[in-house]
Amino acid sequence: MPTKENIYESQQIIVSDQCCVQYGESLALDDVTFTVTKGKKIAVVGPNGGGKSTLFKALAGLIPLSNGSLKINGLDPLMAKGMISYIPQKDSLNWNFQLSVKQVVEMGLTDKNSLFSFNNRKNVEKINESLNQVGILDKSEENINNLSGGQQQRVLLAKALIQDSDILLLDEAFSAIDVGAQEDIMKIINGSDLKEKTILLATHDINNLEDKFDEVLCLNRHCCAFGNPLEVLTEEVIEEMYGSHNNMFLDHKPGSHGS
Amino acid sequence: MLSELLIDPFQYDFMIRALIAAVFCGVTLSTLGTFTINRNMGFMADAMAHATLPIIAVGVFFGFSISELGAPAAIVVALFLGFIVKNTKIGEDTSIGIIFSTFFALGFILIKLLNVTINLEDLLFGQILAVNRTDIYIITALFLIVIGIIIIFFKQLLFYSFDPIGAEVKGLNTNFLNYLFLITLSLAVVSALQTVGIILVLSMLIIPAASAKLITDTFIDSIKVSIAFGIISSVTGLIVSYHLDLPTGPSMSLVASTVFLLSYISSKSRIKNR
Repeated sequence: MPTKENIYESQQIIVSDQCCVQYGESLALDDVTFTVTKGKKIAVVGPNGGGKSTLFKALAGLIPLSNGSLKINGLDPLMAKGMISYIPQKDSLNWNFQLSVKQVVEMGLTDKNSLFSFNNRKNVEKINESLNQVGILDKSEENINNLSGGQQQRVLLAKALIQDSDILLLDEAFSAIDVGAQEDIMKIINGSDLKEKTILLATHDINNLEDKFDEVLCLNRHCCAFGNPLEVLTEEVIEEMYGSHNNMFLDHKPGSHGS
Repeated sequence: MLSELLIDPFQYDFMIRALIAAVFCGVTLSTLGTFTINRNMGFMADAMAHATLPIIAVGVFFGFSISELGAPAAIVVALFLGFIVKNTKIGEDTSIGIIFSTFFALGFILIKLLNVTINLEDLLFGQILAVNRTDIYIITALFLIVIGIIIIFFKQLLFYSFDPIGAEVKGLNTNFLNYLFLITLSLAVVSALQTVGIILVLSMLIIPAASAKLITDTFIDSIKVSIAFGIISSVTGLIVSYHLDLPTGPSMSLVASTVFLLSYISSKSRIKNR
């Protein structure tokens, strides 16, 4: 018989317990503990070098932990490949390649058994479906280099969605795109199609997070705070993350957001 | 008149062998060139060509021919370069540069010390007219292997080249793909040593691909056009060198450069007309 506690347990899709990652001598993540429940949309904030990308890479099984444990659906990240789609920072992609939108999205279906480059109809249907989900089906044949920053981000989102994994990690998805395009992507993320997906999004923008995310994870090598944005984004936490240069966030107090 | 100019050279066996070598090397290099230029790996390819020199020197000393040594030398050099670049922290360009010059220097010293009889000019600039039957077999085999690998692993290589992190998260064996590409590139480079030589192999690798990129809109189209340019450059270079009694490798390179110039002009006028 599943007890109430068991059901609660099974909903915990990411469990990070005193997770540490070391690059040479320096600790990139120090003692990071948090738990993510299935279907939640999480903002991961913190300064540059604060460990956002490192955490994502650890979740994706790309770098090993030096201490602590990280479980995806109860499995080690290396075993959990396939449950996670990772959208890397744009500058880690090679934009020299003149690829069409559908070629990029199709990469989401490419795995280590994909040999020869025959297109099958099933792939085409899936590609169109996921392009439709992000609202750029009409751009299917276009060269990705000719799209706007926001549209490029949607292509990458479609590439992640086509993998049909439970967890999406978006690393700096909002860098170099305008506010309107950010809103569009948030609409997709919070839309009914992605209700079941657990989504972690790294961002620099800590304003109005409660409108867009269920929870916020504040990282500055260690976990400064985790929880409801309205409750945890206190002046002390912001100070802890960004040092004393937090004047720009002065209007940011729980319950009052300037305008 | 024109047909005589084109057909005349090929009444000789050595010219037919040269033609086969020119076409196969043209296709192999121009195909890989498209990946190479987009991944900014031209310097790596150039280093591969140069770094084979000491292996060739030792091999020739033991009685092997240059084309027989090509494949093993290519694999050794590719693995070595790949390993050093990945495991040193001095930067890719710098580590390639160190290996490039060290191996090239070592090659010359070995040639001198072992008293090997190699015609250096042929090795540096190619000697396609001296291609024999065995060379043709080896060039053909390398052509089939390289093109086969690209066709079989095309999707994975493209994914890895465009989004290396995404490919790794997706479970692709990126380490394997990295070395597979390096070895394939190195095989293509050494297969052309006899045709265009150590120094000019770079021109046949990157110039057709770069010309194609200027006048096409998609990566796939650029591969097709690059192959066409590769064949045109090598065959035209061969015929021109026959009639004008010029060295073949440099003739091929200059035809490729001319194609690039024309592509550049045409791409400029295309942008204007938009």
